[in-house]
Order: sequence, then C-alpha cells, then structure tokens
Amino acid sequence: MAPSDVKVLGAAPSPYVNRVQIALNLKHVDYEFLEETFGSKSELLLKLNPVHKKIPVMIHEGKPICESLIIVQYIDEVWTDGPDILASDPYDRAMARFWAAYVDEKWWPTLRGIRNAEGDEAKVAALEQVMEGIMLLEDAFVKCGKGKDFFGGDTIGYLDIALGSFLGWLRASEKMADIKLLDETKTPGLFGWAERFGSNAAVKDVIPKTEKLVELVKTMAARAKAQ
Amino acid sequence: MGGDEIVLLNGWFSPFGARVRIALAEKGVTEYELKEEDLFNKSPLLLERNPVHKKVPVLIHNGKTICESLTIVQYIDEVWKGKSPLLPSDPYQRSVARFWADFVDKKVYDTMKRITRTKGEDQERAKKELLEIFKLLEGELGDKPYFRGDEFGLVDIALVPFYSRFYAVETFGKFSIEAESPKLVAWAQRCMEKESVSNSLPDSKKVYEFVLDVNKKLGIE
Repeated sequence: MAPSDVKVLGAAPSPYVNRVQIALNLKHVDYEFLEETFGSKSELLLKLNPVHKKIPVMIHEGKPICESLIIVQYIDEVWTDGPDILASDPYDRAMARFWAAYVDEKWWPTLRGIRNAEGDEAKVAALEQVMEGIMLLEDAFVKCGKGKDFFGGDTIGYLDIALGSFLGWLRASEKMADIKLLDETKTPGLFGWAERFGSNAAVKDVIPKTEKLVELVKTMAARAKAQ
Repeated sequence: MGGDEIVLLNGWFSPFGARVRIALAEKGVTEYELKEEDLFNKSPLLLERNPVHKKVPVLIHNGKTICESLTIVQYIDEVWKGKSPLLPSDPYQRSVARFWADFVDKKVYDTMKRITRTKGEDQERAKKELLEIFKLLEGELGDKPYFRGDEFGLVDIALVPFYSRFYAVETFGKFSIEAESPKLVAWAQRCMEKESVSNSLPDSKKVYEFVLDVNKKLGIE
C-alpha cells in the first residue's frame, strides 16, 4: 500500500485513539503517529482541535478530522478498497451507530465509575451498572452479529471498533477490582468476541497490555495524591 | 417508495423529534403516523421500542425500530437517498458536517436546560456558555446561507429545532439571543422560510409554557 499523507495525533493508552489506529490498520493504511504527552496538550493539538482540544485528531492531506467515531467513518469512506467498516444496509448502519453511541454515552462512564467508587457499597452499585450495560451489549451482539464472529458480521465493523477499543481498560478494571466482567457462561457471545477481536491482526498491537494500563492508573493516582 | 409503513413516536415539544420531522419532510415523506407521547406517562409502545433510553423520537419503519434523532436522520438520508441529500458527497465535508452536528448534540440542549432550570451563578454561567457555543457556530456558518453552503443539511437540521426554545431561554435568562448572536438568528429565520422547518417546529410561546409546566412537575421553582 503506497504511503499516504496520514498522521494520527494521540496517546497510546487512549481507547478513542485506538479506534482510529484499528480502522487504519483494517484498511492497510500507513500513518505517522504523533504522540501527545499524557496530561498536557500540545500547541499542535490546540490548533487542530480548537473546539474540543482532545485526541485523537487525524490529519489527512493537511486537513484535520476530529472525534474518534467520525474519523472512523471518514476512513471507511475514503479508503474503499479494504473491507467495509460500516455495513451498506441503512438499518444495520443505524444499529451500529445506536450501540456505539450507547457505549460512549452510557456504558463507558459506568466502567470508569468502578475505579472512582469509594467504599464497598459504592463499588457494588458501580459494578451492577456496568453489568447491566454488558448484558444489553451481549443481547446486541446476538442481534447484530447474527451468529457470526463480530458485531459487523464476518469482519470487524464500526461497533466492534467502538466497543472493542475499551477492551484494554475493561481487562484492567477486572484486574484492579478483582472481578470478572466478561464471563464464558454469563456472556458467552461477548466472551468469544473479545478473544477474536483482541487477537485480530489489525487490533493486537494497538490495544495496550493490561499491565501497562494498571501501571498507568497507579502513576496517575500517585500524581493526583502528590498535588 | 410505495407501501412503506412509518410510525414516528414523538413529542410536539421535542427538538429531537423535530429533527426527524424536518428530515422526513425534506425527503418528501408525508405519509406516516405521528404518535404523540406524554413524557410523564410513556406509552407501552415507546417503552417496548426504546427500552434502553425510553425517549422520543423513535422511528418505526416497516416494523424496524430506529432510535436517537441524529441516527434516525442519517437513516432517513440513506433510505430515501434519491432526493435532497442531507450530507455532502465529499468524505471530508461529511466529516465536518458530522462534527458540527455532534457538537450541537453535545452542547446546546444541556446548556439551554441549565438556563431554564437554575438560578443565580449557575444560570449566569450557563448563559455565558450558550453564547460562546453560538459564537462558535456563527464562526462555522460564516457568510454561508446554511452550514453546508447553499444547501440545507444535517447541521441545520440538528440545530434549528432549538430555535423554538430561544424565547423560553431568553425569558428565563432575561437576555436577548438575537442581540448577542444576530447571525445565528438570521440563519434560523432563513431556515424557517422552508416549509419542512416551519411545519415541524412548535410555537415558541407554547414551548415556554411547556417548560414552565415541566419545571412545576419536577418541583423546580
């Protein structure tokens, strides 16, 4: 694949950044990764994303594209050679968009809630919320995947990327709170899906290792205490 | 498209529902059942079709359910793709349109709600934020008639329903949006000249009464 003028401004531990990397890998697009220092915002970032000042930002042919899922759709529409990330059927596309928005707006905050919960009661309540969401997503996997390997069917799709990008943090949460969120018996669909997604060539070098994320959380907590 | 069965679960007051009505009108889809929902007494159909969020609007197209207004609008654009495309064809321009529609979604409604539901410093902060949001939107609009240029599209549809809330927000917040954001108001009035928009937006005074009523029901002074 000829090198293209693609740059990704981001940080390796960010699931939102990982989404863009996975999408580019799926399309076999080479890119330059510009690493943002965690905890500070470069002038380049502020210039390219003045509205939200957030990573990821993808730069293609000199133009910035912001918001991870919008970038993924852009990638899908520009590089049409590779497998489709969004299905062609409008209803399937709507389902993928609906659940991706659910993951971002409702489910991910509950996962973060486990870490922030103080005290046993709060932790149990936080865990319950996460599991409620996981059961909904298990159901969605059955409906969207229709018995195939991924939410997108035979190949990784939009919703796989949207949810799968959080797998690193999901595993880190499991380790830190000593719990199991994805379970072979309770969530068989998602359990199998997570293995397949995580080991896929486009994904395996992108999602950070669990140990690294756990270390990062410890570092961030120490930094916060020191302030 | 003959033989389509379309039901829209809506609330006359909902800016999100208005987005869907505008999109359908833009596509010339006029044959559909509009079911009015009372948010304080949600119908079994709504709870069955949108169990995750229990919100309007919900589009039921030939038995299939689609929820979340901007997802519905994009669905409508993709199904009735022959007429009045709501998104440009260039991928970069599409990403820009999606970005600003997403920006409107993330910022406008919640900020307006804070103006109508809080007082004092909280309200002042919300007012300031709303005007900053409008400044950004005016910057993006520039001198174009619509956000996309000459053609009415996704960002216009995402934003214009909030125009019917301006009166409520101004009255609660005791300020004039037109004085601070004249370009945006001019744009909104331009959109209102389109039948698809004027037929889909509720009367501003009625919306104000509605907001007062909701506040009362929620126990907000």
